[in-house]
Amino acid sequence: MHITQGQFSFLPPLTDAEIRAQVDYAISRGWAVAIEWTDDPHPRNVYWHMWGAPMFEIKDGAAALFELQACRKACPNTYIKVNAFDNTRGVESAVMSFIVNRPVMEPGFGLIRQEAAGRTIRYTTRPYATERSGGYSND
Amino acid sequence: MTSIDLQQILTDANIGEVLDQLDQDLVGLAPVKQRIREIAAFLVVSRARQQLGLESAAPSLHMCFTGNPGTGKTTVAMRMAEILHRLGYVRKGHVVSVTRDDLVGQYIGHTAPKTREVLKKAMGGVLFIDEAYYLYRPENERDYGQEAIEILLQVMENNRDDLVVILAGYKDRMEKFFQSNPGMSSRIAHHIDFPDYSQSELVEIAGKMVSAMHYRFDDGALKAMAEYIDFRQKQPHFANARSIRNALDRARLRHASRVFDLAAGGKSKPTAGDLSTITEADIRASRVFDGGLNAELNADSKADL
Repeated sequence: MHITQGQFSFLPPLTDAEIRAQVDYAISRGWAVAIEWTDDPHPRNVYWHMWGAPMFEIKDGAAALFELQACRKACPNTYIKVNAFDNTRGVESAVMSFIVNRPVMEPGFGLIRQEAAGRTIRYTTRPYATERSGGYSND
Repeated sequence: MTSIDLQQILTDANIGEVLDQLDQDLVGLAPVKQRIREIAAFLVVSRARQQLGLESAAPSLHMCFTGNPGTGKTTVAMRMAEILHRLGYVRKGHVVSVTRDDLVGQYIGHTAPKTREVLKKAMGGVLFIDEAYYLYRPENERDYGQEAIEILLQVMENNRDDLVVILAGYKDRMEKFFQSNPGMSSRIAHHIDFPDYSQSELVEIAGKMVSAMHYRFDDGALKAMAEYIDFRQKQPHFANARSIRNALDRARLRHASRVFDLAAGGKSKPTAGDLSTITEADIRASRVFDGGLNAELNADSKADL
């Protein structure tokens, strides 16, 4: 199941040149670019692992791509995203976020039913990826 | 046969203007200017070859500037960055100037992130490593400098399109550094040696510096400056243009206190001319005329006897 989160997720995967162009745009607006990765693609999972500190002082998209390459090498079979943070007063939040790497197999989500008082049923979703510790990233 | 308009590339890149400015702004350095012209020509030609599909890989552009202190290595590096930027070999054209301290860490695991941080900052531009030979310390085999060199080498090879590395330092030490790091030597395409300035060139430089600071020499001062340079060149720790800059800074101090005394004495009001004219006395007051450091050392050793 192809996860659709953040920008560009309905498009075919971005090429490295396209990723660099996006990062160059973020840099031109003065945003700090960060790389994060996770094995848990749940939409409510906001705590992805940081790949190093956000890059505040870079002048060119090649630097972000350099880190992305290193991250891909270290965690090849995980989700990796690029974030851009705008520190303008009043904005102070991530203004760009797009997935740049996915596992070969994206197992999708299971629906979990919980029987509650009466005949109420509560529903929640759980990513299959988290059923195994470390997800499917070691496959 | 397809033909290509070299002139077009030249005018597009506006490269002639940068080279002419280099000629005008920098005194002397004829061999350096010649080499830079050659490199610029090579880059223009390889750009043209690329457009015709004759060349696929970008040429290696890492350089090594050797020469004594104050011979203009940093200044030329800045110009080089501009030339490379105009020709499209670096995307942003900024210069990040670092020394060993910026690359090498204090403890295990500190060096790699530190070096990578600097490299990332320099991407899209030029990384200028001053006194690069300090990276390698043969007397300590556990020195972290080696780690920085390895990361540097890797990036110089793999990210050739993203940044240009310029190493700088004394010629003899740089040669020793390359002997012990052959990998570094083979990745550097252009070695440029900066000669020392002659006395007349230094006088010209002094003149340019003074007018850049909006001062001027009177006739006596100009003669005194020429003599000063003659003396200073023979004394230890002479750092070419940098020594001249320091001498001028001290002359400005003496000039300021002279003008201040004049005004404080209430004898006369200093005019705009007084405020911007460095006189012979301002320069002749330098200890260089009494033999400078040498004389002091001699005096000391005599005192010891």
